[in-house]
Amino acid sequence: MEKIRIENLSLVFGKAKSKALKLLENGKNKAEILDATGCTVAVQHANLSINEGEIFVIMGLSGSGKSTLLRCLNRLINPTTGKIFINNQEITNMKERELLNIRRKELAMVFQHFGLLPHRTVLSNVAFGQELQAVPKAEREAQAMETIELVGLKGYEQQKVSELSGGMQQRVGLARGLANKPEVLLMDEAFSALDPLIRSQMQDELLILQEKMKKTIVFITHDLDEAIKLGDRIAIMKDGEIVQIGTSEEIITNPANDYIKSFVENVDRSKIVTAGSIMFAKPKVARLKKDGPAGVLRIMRESGTEHLPVVRNNRTFLGYVKLEDVLGLKNEGAKTIDGIIREDVMSITADTTIENMLPLLSKTNLPIPVVNEENHLLGVVSPTSIIAESTGMAKTEIHEIIQKAIEL
Amino acid sequence: MIIGQYIEDAINWMTANFTGFFDAINTGMSSLISVIESFWLWLPFYLTIGLFAALAWWKAGKSNAILTVAGLLFIYFAGFWDETMQTFALVLASAFIALLFGIPLGIWSAKNETAQKIIRPVLDFMQTMPAFVYLIPAVLFFGLGTVPGAFATIIFAMPPVVRLTSLGIKQVPEEIVEATKAFGATPRQLLLKVQLPLAMPTILAGVNQTMMMALSMVVIASMIGAKGLGEIVLQGISQLRIGLGFESGLAVVLLAIILDRITQNLGKSSKKK
Repeated sequence: MEKIRIENLSLVFGKAKSKALKLLENGKNKAEILDATGCTVAVQHANLSINEGEIFVIMGLSGSGKSTLLRCLNRLINPTTGKIFINNQEITNMKERELLNIRRKELAMVFQHFGLLPHRTVLSNVAFGQELQAVPKAEREAQAMETIELVGLKGYEQQKVSELSGGMQQRVGLARGLANKPEVLLMDEAFSALDPLIRSQMQDELLILQEKMKKTIVFITHDLDEAIKLGDRIAIMKDGEIVQIGTSEEIITNPANDYIKSFVENVDRSKIVTAGSIMFAKPKVARLKKDGPAGVLRIMRESGTEHLPVVRNNRTFLGYVKLEDVLGLKNEGAKTIDGIIREDVMSITADTTIENMLPLLSKTNLPIPVVNEENHLLGVVSPTSIIAESTGMAKTEIHEIIQKAIEL
Repeated sequence: MIIGQYIEDAINWMTANFTGFFDAINTGMSSLISVIESFWLWLPFYLTIGLFAALAWWKAGKSNAILTVAGLLFIYFAGFWDETMQTFALVLASAFIALLFGIPLGIWSAKNETAQKIIRPVLDFMQTMPAFVYLIPAVLFFGLGTVPGAFATIIFAMPPVVRLTSLGIKQVPEEIVEATKAFGATPRQLLLKVQLPLAMPTILAGVNQTMMMALSMVVIASMIGAKGLGEIVLQGISQLRIGLGFESGLAVVLLAIILDRITQNLGKSSKKK
């Protein structure tokens, strides 16, 4: 279900806003508009739909407009044009009072440098959101204690936040965000200021928390690895524009342009790319009962292969037949291929990552069959394409290497 | 000079047309000052010294408490007690009024760009204009005496607290302000719960500066009849009595040091608490 919708949102900083906006409508780019009007276009024509319960990552380098876009969601910054809906309720035309209410009840935010009140204790920082709503002290502190426990800060509640380490402070920031029981959590580079080890730990904990809470999280980062680790879906921004939206796998296997291609180049693909996207769908098959040895030989000849997967009823995967066995069978004059099916074949599902396919290569040189839960054959993944995907080499190069190895 | 002519005309016009207004201020200020003054003159000197010493001990530690006692005893035995209390009362009253206007002005100029653009040059003007110049309109508005002295002192002492209040509020990290807004704070909650508490050390530094400026001006204000230590300094000058001038000058210095030590640490100890 859709939780947040951004429609054609643009944001211009500067004095000659309307002129800049007009130029933007006429398709001028950021640099041209800056030259002509002195205005900076921070976000242009953003369209987004964020689903309930997903972690939606907005990724981009600094200056790409990602943090600005996030701040439009709770209107810390007002967009120049465009609309934002949360729960189908328009945020962009709200009066001050309604807006305060939305900020208090539905949206919470976690900041890069935590944004905590250094002169207060952990407890009163976490209870701060409710303090603003004038919830009685005992009640808000009881609730704050619950959240403090949730983020693993029990025992620290009476400490001043300025005495805590960065990782601890961000836990306080997260607890403060959660204490209001918001539906949407806005996280602005929330882990970027932390040490790598702590950062990765916090990412893990966020994922565990999210399992329980199922909040809608909008997460801003400049770190692709973080985006891939956390994001159910990712939007990549450049110069104020959303360049591509998709799952990490969609973006990596099918980058929208050269910018994204260069961006995702150094990603460890083997952890992200799955069998589903590299398999050869609808491979040639031998049909049990329908294809006899002669038929199977013909299919093999036509497709130039020495092995075929065997299916029953056009779908269910049984195993492989090899050319040498089929030839032997034909010489014996058999009518069916029942006896020669090799059933000791490992099959995988479509969401198996390359990383998990690699060990299979040592056990077989046959294409690896991809099946669904009912053991229906969806496609095959050739060993060559697994190596090609994980090394980034071209398939022909791999063939040459294999040939050389065989000759030796 | 033409500008001088205009200013003179304006001041004369104000004196002629706002007599009632200035009289009202005159009455209000003189009663405020006389209440404070009569309290400190009524309080026996040993109690005053005890009070100051306790305050200094609490805020600035043992050694400053000893310094305070020694300094005040010197003043008492030099025979300047009453004048010192008059000066102190005038400093308190002027600083109080300067803070009363200065802190809100500082908040305003931190929050409003236009206000800042107007207030800043005015503050520059107030601070760099030779202090004696304020004495002239003060006399025209209020006649001779303590009130015009306080008036000139307020103008002279106000800029630091305005500037430092404004600075303190602007120094609150943007992210903390954003976070506060993001959780649905009203502008009033933002100011009271976040900006002012975080700006407090800087604001208190401004309070300290304002007190010091007020003290230095109060002495000068004796030229137009403000009572206190300045009178004696003036006597020393006009009668060329080096000893008297030096002694009374020393009393001013001691009072300044004591007030400075106590107010300087206001912010620090409230942090520790």
